[in-house]
Amino acid sequence: MPSADAAPQLDVDQILADPGVRIVVCCGAGGVGKTTTAAALALRAAEQHGRRTVVLTIDPARRLAQSLGLTELDNTPRQVKGIDVETSGGELHAMMLDMKRTFDDVVLQHTDPTKAAEIFANPFYQAMSSTFAGTQEYMAMEKLGQLHARGEWDLIVVDTPPSRSALDFLDAPARLSRFLDGRMLRMLLAPARSGGRSVFSLVTASFGMFSKVVQKVLGAQLLTDLSGFVAALDSMFGGFRQRAEQTYRILQARETAFLLVAAPEPDAVREAAYFASRLREERMPLTGLVLNRVHRPAVPTLDAASSRAAADRLTELGGHEGAADVLRAHAALARQAVREQQVAARFTEAFPLVPTVSVTAQPADVHDVDGLRTIGAAISRS
Amino acid sequence: MRAAEQPADPAGTAWPARLHVVTGKGGTGKTSVAAALALALAAGGRRTLLIEVEGRQGIAQLFGIDPLPYEERHLTDAPDGGEVRALAVDAEEALLEYLDMFYRLGAAGRALRKFGAIDFATTIAPGLRDVLLTGKAKEATTRTVDQRRVYDAVVLDAPPTGRIGRFLNVTAETARLAKVGPIKTQSEGVAALLRSPITAVHVVTLLEEMPVQETVDAIADLTSFGFPVGRIIVNGTRPPLPAGRVVSAAELRRGLLAAGLPADRETVAGLHTEAHDQVIRRELEDSLRADLVELGLPMTELPLLPDGVDRAGLATLADALRRAD
Repeated sequence: MPSADAAPQLDVDQILADPGVRIVVCCGAGGVGKTTTAAALALRAAEQHGRRTVVLTIDPARRLAQSLGLTELDNTPRQVKGIDVETSGGELHAMMLDMKRTFDDVVLQHTDPTKAAEIFANPFYQAMSSTFAGTQEYMAMEKLGQLHARGEWDLIVVDTPPSRSALDFLDAPARLSRFLDGRMLRMLLAPARSGGRSVFSLVTASFGMFSKVVQKVLGAQLLTDLSGFVAALDSMFGGFRQRAEQTYRILQARETAFLLVAAPEPDAVREAAYFASRLREERMPLTGLVLNRVHRPAVPTLDAASSRAAADRLTELGGHEGAADVLRAHAALARQAVREQQVAARFTEAFPLVPTVSVTAQPADVHDVDGLRTIGAAISRS
Repeated sequence: MRAAEQPADPAGTAWPARLHVVTGKGGTGKTSVAAALALALAAGGRRTLLIEVEGRQGIAQLFGIDPLPYEERHLTDAPDGGEVRALAVDAEEALLEYLDMFYRLGAAGRALRKFGAIDFATTIAPGLRDVLLTGKAKEATTRTVDQRRVYDAVVLDAPPTGRIGRFLNVTAETARLAKVGPIKTQSEGVAALLRSPITAVHVVTLLEEMPVQETVDAIADLTSFGFPVGRIIVNGTRPPLPAGRVVSAAELRRGLLAAGLPADRETVAGLHTEAHDQVIRRELEDSLRADLVELGLPMTELPLLPDGVDRAGLATLADALRRAD
């Protein structure tokens, strides 16, 4: 395919085999096969390269989760049985992220049990830990940090949350930690600390107005809950930001490889390009692009127009309906392939040096280890 | 309801609601379908509003225009003098607008924003953000000028299936936090509209396993929360295969020769494999379609657009939606 050939070929095996690579992060828009790609790479790292691998999935399809032995959401890595690691000596573990539980663990680590119980009971904490739009991203990063700190694995493969935007994976943790450490919380806290009168009179003036509005709009009970939440979180100031920054540094390190996952669709390719430029800005190591679901005609020499014309000739002639249908199907496929190349070229033109691999669309969906193995082989072109 | 005073619905009874919430798994073409529906419902001199709420500027990208502001703008004309307007709702702006409406904040509102109070408020109470977004959709749906509705229909390009239940279930989310006050009143009003026959939630899917699974899950969720589910919209479908089976290699070879094409072994085998893969794919699609039919909801199929969703493509989709029965 010209679009993929223009870019250097991505050699996934080289990455998976490299002992210096300890983390592979798969990012991209929703619906491009990110989870399947992450699972397939992790399986390949274990089976082919003998690495003790763990894959952190966020929201796997039910049957894929089952095939990896992930029948419950318990936030601990489980070893995947029944894979072919006899010769390689590798291992595959898999886990599904439990967002709320991960958040609870962070709280427990940073405060005493009494305070923690207070925080857990607060309605604001409950709302934030289960529904805040950035919590999933933050917790995915937090979990990655934890797995990395334990040092038990040769390789951690991370699937990223199906966010509004792939960039949320990088942005949301900082936003959340800024918030949890932030000046608003400190302002809310200030009166409580000095017996109702803040020492910062400037702040108090504006804050008085803020709290009046909040009280009007949301009611007084809410303010009580809010200041309770803030007071309980007080002991944790600093902790959130520090952790997010630590993980951020791991992502910038040489041991990390970012793989963009996309499909040859305009939205997915645009998203991949946004992400690629952000990684460059953040000095994070973009290793390559995995372009999934690419349609590739088996007979590339026969173009769409000739194929359709030939089908029409056969229909006129009569007696070759079956062959005419095959030619029409080929014409549709060839046309789709050309369009996909044009879409993919938008990325390659903007990032000509990013190694790329195209993975042919599978006729059926993947939901078992055999299927993952096939995908892994397709990604590594072996 | 004063529907009797409105112009006749050109789409007949297929789209009885006035607020159309469009969801679907990421990658299923939810935004394109929402835009096409707004276009379809604007036919015959009607006016519709297409709303996006996730700050993605998907509408602007689809139509190749500059990013949309938080302001209702003319987007495109529809056949027979209709008009589609578009609005990108921003939660912060919506909150300020809302506060202004009730409390006449003026400069104080701007100060709140400068201090990050708005960001703070919508962060600490995620349900608040959703109430503001759905609240804006409600306001547009029910707005009247001189006792006439401003919009004949409002189409909301909503969050994807994974988040749709929570997004619409605003009362449950805010009730945990706000026990009294205008936010509670507001969310109750929104909830009542979202559960009334004025609203229909449509789920966009592809004939692929994950999107179909998410469609089934989302419909179960929506139903249990009491939201009226409208249609399942199957995007990117292909016409059925004419013959039920693939020709033999020998037949194919004779055909290629008759058409004057190369008929070497490689070509014949290649084309034969393509046709075979396609049959497997279609069989899978048929079984997924059967799963969807089993849900017992009205279903509309939209054709795969070989050249992607350009303006002509949108018109094709709108046409198919208009003809839905």
